[in-house]
Amino acid sequence: MTELTKLTIAQARDQMAKGAFTASELTEAHIRAMEAKRDLNAYITETADLAREQAKASDLRRQAGKAGALEGIPLGIKDLFCTKGVQTTAASRILQGFKPPYESTVSGKLLDAGAVTLGKLNLDEFAMGSSNMTSAYGKVTNPWKSKSEPAKQLVPGGSSGGSAAAVAARIAMGATGTDTGGSIRQPAAFCGITGIKPTYGRCSRWGIVAFASSLDQAGPMARDVRDCAIMLGAMAGHDPKDSTSAPMPVPNFEAALTGDIRGLKVGIPKEYRPDGLSDEIQAVWEQGIQWLKEAGATPVEISLPHTKYALPTYYIVAPAEASSNLARYDGLRFGLRVEGKTLDDMYKKTRAAGFGAEVRRRIMIGTYVLSAGYYDAYYSKAQKVRRLIAEDFTKAFQQVDVILTPTAPSAAFGMDENTDDPVTMWLNDVFTIPTSLAGLPGLSLPAGLNASGLPLGLQLIGRPFDEETVFKVAGVMESAAQFTAVPEGV
Amino acid sequence: MSLDKAAVRAIAELARIEVADEELDHLAGELSGILHFVEQLAEVDTTGIAPMSSVADLTLPMRKDEVTDGGQVAAVLANAPAADDGFFTVPKVVE
Repeated sequence: MTELTKLTIAQARDQMAKGAFTASELTEAHIRAMEAKRDLNAYITETADLAREQAKASDLRRQAGKAGALEGIPLGIKDLFCTKGVQTTAASRILQGFKPPYESTVSGKLLDAGAVTLGKLNLDEFAMGSSNMTSAYGKVTNPWKSKSEPAKQLVPGGSSGGSAAAVAARIAMGATGTDTGGSIRQPAAFCGITGIKPTYGRCSRWGIVAFASSLDQAGPMARDVRDCAIMLGAMAGHDPKDSTSAPMPVPNFEAALTGDIRGLKVGIPKEYRPDGLSDEIQAVWEQGIQWLKEAGATPVEISLPHTKYALPTYYIVAPAEASSNLARYDGLRFGLRVEGKTLDDMYKKTRAAGFGAEVRRRIMIGTYVLSAGYYDAYYSKAQKVRRLIAEDFTKAFQQVDVILTPTAPSAAFGMDENTDDPVTMWLNDVFTIPTSLAGLPGLSLPAGLNASGLPLGLQLIGRPFDEETVFKVAGVMESAAQFTAVPEGV
Repeated sequence: MSLDKAAVRAIAELARIEVADEELDHLAGELSGILHFVEQLAEVDTTGIAPMSSVADLTLPMRKDEVTDGGQVAAVLANAPAADDGFFTVPKVVE
């Protein structure tokens, strides 16, 4: 039955429709795989019993002829989505013991589509990080190993590191992620899987623990483009409970995978070739351009002149929003409380004990850039540069239909690397942050392996609410790439 | 802009995060490094550019002002670290 964990979502869906196996059998195979790979620390909370109940109910629905789009498919949920009655931690001590009395809109929609949920996946604390090293529940191990240094433990990327590791290790068929500056795309690239951050507003943010509300967006992480299209179809849609969710119909994303990209213009931004970009990243990017040419698309060099300012802009805007959002953790209404002599003393002790170093750092930077006397110099300035970054993309999309870039400047790095200086760690997101600031859809797919046998990802960026073109081009690239490599033990 | 220990203490106070005196130097160095990094934005000419607070090109939707939910006291208090008689409890604030 272990073979069942190797299927894609589309394959499992089609075979279950023919009666080849049941949701209960598929779920049981995944529960066993999940339990066998606990050393990865991908899950913070396993919900095997709940998954079994959901699978049984799913089999009954199918018998009754009421199968949904994800009927009986076992998924993992990033532990940033509130799940009714199941502990939700955001990988922070400050949410210790929190059991939401409600279900987030996105995870609820997946359940409505028939999905089975295996558990809650590890992440960087409050989704702040690019390595999954900041989780209060311990780091996550990337299932991939470097051929040159097989003993070295690699990070899965972050913040959706547990999601990426679980999908790569075949202990979930797909997973939810969230992306504020690259948190779906960078871990997808590091773990050799596919993930898409849809357009800001495509998925409801209701019930997702907030980090930076003008940037946060949920999206699917899965083993291929089609599976991401299927999952996004179930996750997306207008929600009156999130006033920034777009009142737009959800297209059939899977139908966009026509394989025909003849005549499409693909932008290649010259600013994404900074000095010192590694040869292996350059090479995989060139290869990607070649594949698109062979499929009948035309590469066009474009300029996104404000690219180099995206990272500093993000590191003002995101911490500012985080400092406001995280003000709610006060030891009063949920989670951790450390007693103090006065109300203020309780707040300060609770927040000092509950937040980890990276979260404290970002709250303090955010507090500073929003404080009286500095607001205009930092926050207001960053909001203006953000507009210039977004306008760069608007202009580029007058010339091209989609943009191709690398996803990250390197393959997965070691757990002991990039830890000294917070700014060095942030450079991981240099290719993904501009898209987030502009609110555009960005998809990462595996395009090849480096010399050490580690996956490298390419990113496709689309116009607002044009995930269909992104999926279509990604489907063509996936066919050309023939990426069949898997981590050891899969 | 470099932050000194007094500035870090003031920020921590605003953010309601207790910071031990021996951590202040280290934090001052880290936060100053971050500020130094983001200050490169000063070289961008933003004359006449309006701040962008959201990419969502949406006007906030209006809805009827009516009660849509409520009567959830038990659910609201279920996660409270300390509650009493239908209320959250806090340390004494009035003598």
